[in-house]
Amino acid sequence: MKVLFSWLKEYVEIDISAEALQEKLFSCGLEVEELIYLGENVEHVVTGRIVGCEKHPDADRLTVCTVDCGGYGIKQIVTAATNVFEGACVPCALDGAIVRDGEGSRKIKTGKLRGVLSEGMFCSGEELGIGDDFYEGAGINGILILDEGTAPGADIRPVVGIDDYIFDIAVTANRPDCQSVYGIAREVAACLKKPLKELECGYHVRRTDVKISVEVREPALCPRYLGHYLCDVKIAPSPRLMRRRLAALGLRSVNNIVDITNYVLLEVGQPMHAFDRRFLHGDQIIVRHAEEGETIVTLDEKEFTLRRDDLLICDGERPVALAGIMGGLNSEIGQDTAEVFFEAASFARACVRRTSRALGQRSDSSARFERGVDACYSPYAGMERALHLVEELGCGTVTDCKADVGSACADRSFSVSYRKLDKILGIHVPEEEVQGILTRLGFEPGDASKEQFTVHVPSWRTDIDLDADIAEEVIRMYGYGHLKPTFLENAAVTHGGLTPAQRAQRHFKEVVARVGYCEAYGFSFYSPKDFDLLRLPADAPERRSLKIANPIGEDLSVLRTILAPTMIANVVRNVRRGNETGRLFECAHVFLPREEGLPEERMHASFALWGAGDFFDLKGLFESIAEAFGIRFTFVRGEKSFLHPGVTANVLSDGREVGWLGELHPEICEELALEKKAVFGELDYDAICGQFRKTFAYHTVPAYPAAARDLAVVVGEQTTCAELTDCILRACKAVTKAELFDVYRDSRLGEGKKSMAVRITFAPGADKPLTPEATDAYFCKIVDRLHRDLGAELR
Amino acid sequence: MEDTEHIVAEAMAEAESAESSRALYEVKMKFLGRTGKVTALLKGMRDVAQELRPAFGKRINDLREKLETLFEDLEKKVKKRELQKKLSEEQIDVTMPGRRTAAGALHPITRTRDELIDIFAGMGFEVFEGPEIETEYYNFTALNTPADHPARDMQDTFYIRDGILLRTQTSAGQIRLMEKKKPPIKMLSPGRVYRADDDATHSPMFHQMEGLVVDKNVTLCDLQGMLDEFARKMFAETAKTRLRPSYFPFTEPSVEVDVSCSACGGKGCSLCKGTGWIEVLGAGMVNRRVLENCGIDSAEYGGFAFGMGIERIAMLKYGVRHIRAFFENDTRFLEQFKD
Repeated sequence: MKVLFSWLKEYVEIDISAEALQEKLFSCGLEVEELIYLGENVEHVVTGRIVGCEKHPDADRLTVCTVDCGGYGIKQIVTAATNVFEGACVPCALDGAIVRDGEGSRKIKTGKLRGVLSEGMFCSGEELGIGDDFYEGAGINGILILDEGTAPGADIRPVVGIDDYIFDIAVTANRPDCQSVYGIAREVAACLKKPLKELECGYHVRRTDVKISVEVREPALCPRYLGHYLCDVKIAPSPRLMRRRLAALGLRSVNNIVDITNYVLLEVGQPMHAFDRRFLHGDQIIVRHAEEGETIVTLDEKEFTLRRDDLLICDGERPVALAGIMGGLNSEIGQDTAEVFFEAASFARACVRRTSRALGQRSDSSARFERGVDACYSPYAGMERALHLVEELGCGTVTDCKADVGSACADRSFSVSYRKLDKILGIHVPEEEVQGILTRLGFEPGDASKEQFTVHVPSWRTDIDLDADIAEEVIRMYGYGHLKPTFLENAAVTHGGLTPAQRAQRHFKEVVARVGYCEAYGFSFYSPKDFDLLRLPADAPERRSLKIANPIGEDLSVLRTILAPTMIANVVRNVRRGNETGRLFECAHVFLPREEGLPEERMHASFALWGAGDFFDLKGLFESIAEAFGIRFTFVRGEKSFLHPGVTANVLSDGREVGWLGELHPEICEELALEKKAVFGELDYDAICGQFRKTFAYHTVPAYPAAARDLAVVVGEQTTCAELTDCILRACKAVTKAELFDVYRDSRLGEGKKSMAVRITFAPGADKPLTPEATDAYFCKIVDRLHRDLGAELR
Repeated sequence: MEDTEHIVAEAMAEAESAESSRALYEVKMKFLGRTGKVTALLKGMRDVAQELRPAFGKRINDLREKLETLFEDLEKKVKKRELQKKLSEEQIDVTMPGRRTAAGALHPITRTRDELIDIFAGMGFEVFEGPEIETEYYNFTALNTPADHPARDMQDTFYIRDGILLRTQTSAGQIRLMEKKKPPIKMLSPGRVYRADDDATHSPMFHQMEGLVVDKNVTLCDLQGMLDEFARKMFAETAKTRLRPSYFPFTEPSVEVDVSCSACGGKGCSLCKGTGWIEVLGAGMVNRRVLENCGIDSAEYGGFAFGMGIERIAMLKYGVRHIRAFFENDTRFLEQFKD
């Protein structure tokens, strides 16, 4: 919301600087996002009267002027402008002055032009940063000619209206009443403890026989509709002050009647509309829903096809305005308009927003209705002010033909106690402070001497209905600096901290990070094309996903059912950025549709490594996880459409598949131009976290060392490591560990054969060491068993 | 018999010229070994007259002892010299890199989240994580955000279908907890939230941490006291907070909370844009209607809530400039957060 400093001063006596006011407003809840000085980059420019004009002796296009600059003396200024003349009053940038230059500024110095001294420069409107709406003639390509009789030697800024500030204020959604100059002025008055001047609203009424009827068929969507008929209207430009204010706050001046509606919009916050009565067929206004497919052409000459949801203002025959958004072209005010029907209404904000969004048609009116315009005070104040301005500007005659349809104002009052306010705030605010603050904000507090008193909520304060609201009004005006921080002196002690499950999740990440993986965070959504990238068949469960109805784009439209695509994208991005090796993980929810209720959210963990390492490095991570959480993973050969068919494992826990890992399919690498080998894996965290049972229990350390023997056997190519080690463990109870450390292939071993070498660890007896003889016996037993079960030959 | 003095002098001369312990050993053997000179002398005992043998024997033993002491001393010296030589040869370049096992790193969002949780857990808060996909009721209605509130607009919220959406705030979790648990309540609700915003300074997904306290006799001063404590622990021992009015549908009064700039100590710098304060979070006293929506008697109980963007805190704490950096997962970024 933008307001002008000078406009605020019309309603409140402000005796502090704009900067000081900015601070004050900030502390009472109106953050001034930007304070703009209109006279920025205009310095030492004064008014002057040209007392003599002569041709430059050496340049046809230059004129040498003698200028009376009042207290600054008589100056000689050389100009190339052609619109200057003797007697003209002009802005003169004297030696050392600063004027605007595009977005920046430039300095003016005394110098010689073609050998003739020039002690400054005449300014155009552009060099002062203004257009025609600030000062007639400022828009032309030439020197700004000031009003005849302008006194010389005066600072130009007040003369052209730029010695002023724009406050651009962030108004919170609960304060639609602050969407106007007068609303802000009310806050300013309250926080400066100054009286707020009333809006000037008086006017004379002439009797008329004209009757214009108003019928509101949708009172829920239009709770109030005020109309007033004006006659003897004379369309003309608006006075300078009005045009200047509209322009400063971003509205274009059109003509006196239209400008009044815009002026009231800015000043009172009430959107208004003016119809040319000539075009109101049947002297009738009907507020109704549009018919499906009905059309309207708005003032900006755009045609819209409407739906039943949309609300229209119609005359006896056709739509004349899109309610709350924009008037119709068919009833527009023109140069020859002689009779006007003013509208000041209140429309439901949801209705205005829906139509405005659906049609893509926004206006200053719709913006205000979307925030909320109260039905009681605002239309009334807006209409009264507009009628006053009509009379003040002499642009028409107010008549007694008027309409007021809709709810009368209801009194909203409730009772508040000082004790309750103190209880919310935690400090005691003196009673007279509370009274003063509430009075200044228009709450008319009742008998102040009683502990319990009544507040009457002003109709424009639609946000207030609880004692906590009153507490907020009090503290924001009294000052948050008065609070004395305390630490729950009167509250109960609670036991906080993480649950075991929450601690486990935190520990899980720590374990994975500890072994070399960096944690990644991915968006929860990706593209449906990501499923195609994974070559998932049409009936793959991962394709059963949730879609966002209004995504930012297709790339972010499907909620993840598997984390891998995000991880693949992470790897591709990293490699493209020159990070040749790396390890990443992410823990996040996947979202699975359910027949009823909210979708299922399951925690998954996703892993990747690339550039260095292979399948077994990632498998090592899975093993570290199993060890850290006291669970057992079994790895079996698996098959995934997006993984290398020979280098894929399914991960089982308690016989259930809980994850997978494997090398990315070379075809996908090629499609992604990924030249590094990359291994990916994923775990269904929620499926395993229930089995976490890591405990630390001490077992007596054997008194004697264990014995180890290496064993190499030749087996068939199809024999797996797991089969070999399982067989060894089965063969001899004394074996505590059997670890593969080498696989060797050679034609001399025979076709389809390989040699596997295993280090076997034997446990010592509880009270005696392992003798070499006992170890030998175990060893033979194992060799026999391997031969019998797997056809293995000792190498 | 050869003069023993002469033998000692000879041995000494030879031994001292021995460079290594090996050479020294050879010299020693030449005199004291089985075929050495001293042994040979001893063998000559047979040719000595019986009565002279004791004196002869003593002379030789004295000689042997003298030589043994001599060699012992020299051996020590040579060994020491040799050790020194060896040590000087084994000198390493201590500036060469050490060998380490590669460690990974937790994401800065995780770090910040955990740090926040630890701070508030110490004050008696428990952690409650609600679902990311929520109903309109929990995300808006129960939080006193009426149906025509701008925050509900399709522009800001991702919808799955009518009434089901991606939560826009972790405040949704408050309601679920308050429905289940009666006061006193101190809870944190951290997690992912979603807004249909996607530009340089916004991310369609980010993280929030919501805090809620419900009890008897809870005041705005308590809110500030707790946030002061948070600011001291999270930012700097000298940090202060400043409250200023704001608006959230679910709190009343509502405040924006600024923390004194830890980069400049409140004097004003580029980080705080010269104001000395940094906007860190939103907070307020829980709106009575929100409590009532959860079946909590608002006449007896009151409370306050606060909510912050975890990315914002992480950006302030670690100096991260762009929110997008958190989600690009560039290892050069992530590795900066190694322990």
